[in-house]
Amino acid sequence: MDRRQFMTGAALLAAGALPMPALAQGAAEISFFYPVAVGGPITKLIDTFAADFQKEKPGIKVNPIYAGTYQETIVKALTAHKSGTPPVTSVLLSTDMFTLIDEDAIVPIDDFVKTEDDRKWLASFFPGFMANSQTGGKTWGVPFQRSTIVLYWNKDLFKEAGLDPEKPPKNWQEQVEFAQKLTKRDASGNVTQWGIQIPSSGFPYWLFQGLTTQAGALLMNPEGTKTNYNAPEVVEALQYWVDLSAKHKVQPPGIVEWGTTPRDFFERKVAMMWTTTGNLTNVRTNAKFPFGVGMLPAGKRPGSPTGGGNFYISKKATPAQQQAAFEFIKWITSPERAAQWSIDTGYVAVRPDAYKTPAMEKYAAEFPPAAVARDQLEFAVAELSTHENQRVTKALNDGLQAALTGTKPPKQALDDAQAEAERILRPYR
Amino acid sequence: MNNRLTATIHGWLLLLPAMACLALFTHWPAIASIVESVYSTPRPRRPARFVGLDNFALMLEDPIFWQSLKNNLWFALGTIPLSIALSLLMAVWVNDRIRGRTLVRMAYFTPTVLPMIAVANIWLFFFTPQYGLLEQVSGLFGFPAQNWLGSKDTALFAVILVAVWKEAGFFMIFYLAALQTISPTLAEAAALEGASRWTYFRRVQFPLLMPTTLFVLINAVINAFRMVDHIIVLTRGGPDNATTLLLFYIYQVGFNFWDTAYAAALTVVLLAMLAAVAMIQYGWLERRIHYR
Amino acid sequence: MSAVEAVPAAPGRRSLRSRWLPPGRAVEPARPDPYAPTGMWLALESVGAGLLAVLWILPLAYAVWAAIHPSEFTTRFHLFAPLTLENFARAWAAAPFARYFLNTFVLVTLILSCQLVLGTLAAYAFARYEFWGRNLAFALVLAQLMIMPDVLIVENYRTMTALGLVDTIPAIALPYIASAFGIFLLRQTFKTVPKELDDAARVEGASGLQILMKVYVPLARPIYVAYGLVSVSYHWNNFLWPLIVTNSVEARPLTVGLQVFSSSDQGVDWAVICAATLMTSAPLLIGFLLFQRQFVQSFMRAGIR
Repeated sequence: MDRRQFMTGAALLAAGALPMPALAQGAAEISFFYPVAVGGPITKLIDTFAADFQKEKPGIKVNPIYAGTYQETIVKALTAHKSGTPPVTSVLLSTDMFTLIDEDAIVPIDDFVKTEDDRKWLASFFPGFMANSQTGGKTWGVPFQRSTIVLYWNKDLFKEAGLDPEKPPKNWQEQVEFAQKLTKRDASGNVTQWGIQIPSSGFPYWLFQGLTTQAGALLMNPEGTKTNYNAPEVVEALQYWVDLSAKHKVQPPGIVEWGTTPRDFFERKVAMMWTTTGNLTNVRTNAKFPFGVGMLPAGKRPGSPTGGGNFYISKKATPAQQQAAFEFIKWITSPERAAQWSIDTGYVAVRPDAYKTPAMEKYAAEFPPAAVARDQLEFAVAELSTHENQRVTKALNDGLQAALTGTKPPKQALDDAQAEAERILRPYR
Repeated sequence: MNNRLTATIHGWLLLLPAMACLALFTHWPAIASIVESVYSTPRPRRPARFVGLDNFALMLEDPIFWQSLKNNLWFALGTIPLSIALSLLMAVWVNDRIRGRTLVRMAYFTPTVLPMIAVANIWLFFFTPQYGLLEQVSGLFGFPAQNWLGSKDTALFAVILVAVWKEAGFFMIFYLAALQTISPTLAEAAALEGASRWTYFRRVQFPLLMPTTLFVLINAVINAFRMVDHIIVLTRGGPDNATTLLLFYIYQVGFNFWDTAYAAALTVVLLAMLAAVAMIQYGWLERRIHYR
Repeated sequence: MSAVEAVPAAPGRRSLRSRWLPPGRAVEPARPDPYAPTGMWLALESVGAGLLAVLWILPLAYAVWAAIHPSEFTTRFHLFAPLTLENFARAWAAAPFARYFLNTFVLVTLILSCQLVLGTLAAYAFARYEFWGRNLAFALVLAQLMIMPDVLIVENYRTMTALGLVDTIPAIALPYIASAFGIFLLRQTFKTVPKELDDAARVEGASGLQILMKVYVPLARPIYVAYGLVSVSYHWNNFLWPLIVTNSVEARPLTVGLQVFSSSDQGVDWAVICAATLMTSAPLLIGFLLFQRQFVQSFMRAGIR
């Protein structure tokens, strides 16, 4: 029994409450931080996975700890790392890789890849996802809860506006034209239905990266030491986003809240929305109308960033625990389970062969949108990730929000963000 | 002399547990913040070293710091007078024999027992564009649509509103208690002299409520610097830092950016501000203690 | 012994009557208040107060609405919308709320009991002992009125790490258990206890602690109740520090659990969040509704101003 449990137990006893929780001894126990950024059902799935794994490998007990959003989970994992008892493995944003390396918190996955089988397993993931999992010739994370941005549209509203409900906009030009047709105003000029929403609260950089990729820009170098926030293509992308509200008036002015955007869509207050593939199951359950899911409209090229979480293994865990965690990761990312996970959540299955499993083939046949994310992966780029990631992305977020709320013109907002990022990243070159 | 010694020993023994906790969790961290603020943040590959006032120099150039300071002052200027005035009004109303005053008093007080973190989610619905409650209501009256939390002009106002809603009912209780202890003979005397109700309030009730106002004021000031729960839910400091308050920024720098030294320097600034407020108020408080 | 009999005229401008009797009976004048609003004024005031009350209760009313209707009706208000309890079931199933309740309960009990013991001892020392360093010590205590633990998160986190207490309930409680507010309140009250009572007990051979327990504590009961209520509702609802210092379900209080539960990648589901909100605040809300009168009166009797 460690000290933490002792203290908790002592507190309970002090209050005359419960007896101390019994703790399984003997088995290798691995604590596992999981970002439940996705509501209740996910915890059940993960619990089931953990229990199934323990049945197969009785020597290892996986202990999932649900820690909140990604943001909160990384905070907790790092605080725990600093205080000495970090979780053995965690699912954290793929973009936190540099931060975790800088904090000396994780070990490379390569250390555990010993057999031919292991090597085959590591090579089986979509390359689009591995871009965010490798740096300096080493693999630091294993893709698991991964997503991309896709376009959801309301087919009923398309019909009402005289558009073909089966054809989403293919490019930036069409996106604006469609949105104009889909924006409705009442007699006094107030908008009752918006054409499109690209959320801009919280982490606008991620959705923005869809636009910059389509404009043909890369936001950072692979080493994570330099950003290109004020490249001309990036300015163009931001101008396009700002124009949706300011010039074309087809998107609500100001900041569009990420959390309420799916609800806006269900309420038919918006006809098209950009959001994560992880929302697929949610939309499927709650939308009371036929809807479509498509790749993001192309600019100079199609594109979207990848997003979501990777498995990491803690440096402070014992070798036995690390090895056990590796076994678990390998187990949970097998094609069948990756397919099951994708079907149950809407997240992208992380490896191509998962789409060849019978369960997935059946599902994709019944529900074609499930394959959209996979098809888009071909054009996907690594999510913005640098050293001091939180700060460097905050610089961009602030600039984006300044431009979207009209306090700074796009060019100036991005120049400022770039200057700030330069200042932060200089020591890392 | 011997008596005095015994009293000193006994006195300090009684004080010991409380003082030990205060020392460990209030005085020590306050001092440690100052010490920490002149060192750099330790990183695994770069241990902490003495950097003098570098962190403070950095702060002077940090636009987000200045913005959060400005926001916090506006937040204080918005919440303090508004919540005090409203709580006084509530107390006066509830003190009169209006219809259903038990219900009304209960309504005013409920925000106090609800967790901010939970009600903030409900306020999120109120502020949501288009179908949010505020919009549904203002739409009825034909007001133009507003994106309350998504616009830099209104976001701070929106979080001020939530803060006032949360704390006014709590302050009301103190005013109510004080109002009920004012002797009725004063009202009779004032009425005999023909004073209007307003004059009675201004000349008699309000001055007698001064100690309460002071107490409530202290609480309101403290709250202005410590209420950040609703920021975390409603805006996360956005849009573009328009609602970043000082404590929220400390949280962000300390626990998202892991720049503990800079967070300590920010804490020092916050502590200095609180100390300044305390100095101003201490004169008053002192007088009040002697008064009793 | 009852407070009313025991206290002779307390010093200060307020009469004994107004200080110790429940205001409902004692303070309302037998003669009519010449400034009590009548007729139209009363009606106007009632309407104003009522409107403000509606505004103030609105979030709670909405929470009830959203919680008991299916989620299509979260944003639409029809009189005959179907009722359901499913949201509560979903919320309860989605997170270990039972554990969170237990944690919060342990937390507030721990904090309150420590606060009362530490506060009583310290207040007694300040009120009745003439000792070397008293003024300095008092100033050090008052410092916490301004420099509250809520702003010292960075350093307190470091301390908890050093003590190995991170992610435990005591870690959430410790910074709060010595409360300047509590010490100050109790000291003020103890000072109003007449010295004669103290002396009389001393003549009978009671020790300092016995006198404290037999004379001072019973007389300060309204203060204890009022302070207890403030403390419980504050710590039941406290969020930022517990968020920082806890990681696991075993230590997490309700507020943090609620936040973990409601912040979602897939957008806000108000129906479930409202159900969870009602569930988590139910004990305080119900307690407050049931004991409303006593609640408010204990504040008044405490004379916290």
